[in-house]
Amino acid sequence: MPAMTMTEKILAKHADKASVTPGDNIWVDADILMTHDVCGPGTIGVFKQHFGNDAKVWDREKVVIVPDHYIFTQDKMANRNVDVLRQFVAEQKLPYYYDVGTDKYKGVCHIALPEEGHTRPGEVLFGTDSHTCTAGAFGEFATGIGNTDAGFVMGTGKLWVKVPPTMRFVFHGELPSYLMAKDLILAVIGDIGCDGATYKAMEFDGDGVFALNIEERMTLCNMVIEAGGKNGVIAPDKLTLDYVNARNKSKKPYQVVTTDAGAKFCFEKVYDVRKLEPIIAKPHSPDNKATVSEVKGTKLDRAYIGSCTGGKMTDFRAAARILKGRSVKIDTFVVPATSEIAAGLKCESINGQTLEQIFLSAGAKIGEPSCAACLGGPSDTFGRLNAPISCISTTNRNFPGRMGHKEAKVFLASPLTVAASALTGAISDPRDCLQ
Amino acid sequence: MQTTITGRAYVLGDNVDTDQIIPAQYLTYNPAIPAEYKMFGKYALSSVPPAQAGLPKGHVLFHTKDEFVSDYQIIVAGKNFGCGSSREHAPIALDAAGIKCVIAEFYARIFFRNSVNGGYIIPFETADRLCEQICTGDELTVDVESGTLTNVTTKESWKLKPLGEVAPIIDAGGIFAYAKKVGMLKV
Ligand code: SF4
Repeated sequence: MPAMTMTEKILAKHADKASVTPGDNIWVDADILMTHDVCGPGTIGVFKQHFGNDAKVWDREKVVIVPDHYIFTQDKMANRNVDVLRQFVAEQKLPYYYDVGTDKYKGVCHIALPEEGHTRPGEVLFGTDSHTCTAGAFGEFATGIGNTDAGFVMGTGKLWVKVPPTMRFVFHGELPSYLMAKDLILAVIGDIGCDGATYKAMEFDGDGVFALNIEERMTLCNMVIEAGGKNGVIAPDKLTLDYVNARNKSKKPYQVVTTDAGAKFCFEKVYDVRKLEPIIAKPHSPDNKATVSEVKGTKLDRAYIGSCTGGKMTDFRAAARILKGRSVKIDTFVVPATSEIAAGLKCESINGQTLEQIFLSAGAKIGEPSCAACLGGPSDTFGRLNAPISCISTTNRNFPGRMGHKEAKVFLASPLTVAASALTGAISDPRDCLQ
Repeated sequence: MQTTITGRAYVLGDNVDTDQIIPAQYLTYNPAIPAEYKMFGKYALSSVPPAQAGLPKGHVLFHTKDEFVSDYQIIVAGKNFGCGSSREHAPIALDAAGIKCVIAEFYARIFFRNSVNGGYIIPFETADRLCEQICTGDELTVDVESGTLTNVTTKESWKLKPLGEVAPIIDAGGIFAYAKKVGMLKV
């Protein structure tokens, strides 16, 4: 059998083939289909249109629905969309639905999936959201699809996929205290461009990657789509398996899949993380790379720490390291990705002060767990840019209009850089204020 | 599949992302409801920065605020069209606005899939940088079978890239119709 990459091996197994080659078009079996309040109603519409009003989903255990985008809003249409999900879940008796207003409410789907044990090595995950690629951090094939594809998967459990060639990014060395996974992935995107990985898989490897915790690995995989990647993937190690086994409530068995020795990569790039600097993506594209030192001093109106990219415990821990005992100079919004993380902010502490206390006494505002202003949304969304202001953010996209106003300027950076900048009201280097 | 597509060109640049094609605040409409499907046409391309809208001059409206359908039927763009989010609302918005096909150098993967699998618009690829050769408002004709694009206004013509492996899906009208044709789906 020819040597294959992880992505190729997972896809081959799910297509019941001994091997596949990049470029092959194959039908694969899905292990999990995830949808949310923005694309769920459309997906359900497609499903009903083609399979019938009374049709049942292909496997109730495999459909996960997570309302997360437009949650805490007065917008009637947005609320109606959550009702559409509710009704469908009731009709179908779906066990994995994380409804808002209940104890089960989670928040951002890409963080909810692993927290609730829906991500396992070797599996195939399809989600109606481009950042579904986040779950590649658990050694699975995870990719974003549209409503039609999702409606198809809902009815059949299958989807055609073109096998992508794999690009390999190797990180060596121990990450300095002023850098985070966000800096690494912004460096990669800046280097290859926002179309650099179009139709391709991005595999992350090297001791620098395996030294990262699970959340940081998720940040790496989360942003592969910003380079156009189809999926991002990291081989599972003990850390991955410990995380997965602790959360895999259904005890569903899984198989670890790793890249064969001698597998072919279509591209390879090696980074020494000790030589990197804090990175920023300037408006209006995630590949508009600059080092923080190059743009230091650029005036800002707002700072935002949240989303599936930059709203996890590791992100808040990092921001708190800088904000502790200090005050922000500009409006600063803190949005935990999930309710579990929101609870974490209340109980984890640094020298006797909880992260929540640190943020509040620094003058930041804390929102409810959800996508919030990461993608603009209804005008009453927490932290939304309703005017053409400048914002530094831990999110993943800075396209025109992404966080609200189409003339607003968004700078993407790590939570350390965002926190450092919140203190001064201008782009600042975390190396100058790490305590 | 339609054999010829004719219409006026609306020209855009590189990296037109899905937030520009249909801004997030309109994603609360449900495309499964016909009356709401129309609304996506109304807001199609509403976040394109004005200087980039309708090249080469820019500042050309795709349609006026109250219109659901545009006077333009063919979009000509540069590289990486449709990058960003997985929202199928993006090809839906173009379809609802009356766009028949897009001609770009290449596409972001999810946008391309959604266009083909949903059967909304035909995403043609071209080796030429046509967004710098065609002007907004030019009359175009696309011969789908032969993959030939003609600029009726300037009498120029180009060969588009073959649709390749997705041609059968486009031909069938989307992934459901295709799956039925090949016996994958029996509903
Ligand atoms: S937090 Fe932002 S990027 Fe993540 S799923 Fe929500 S809207 Fe998308």
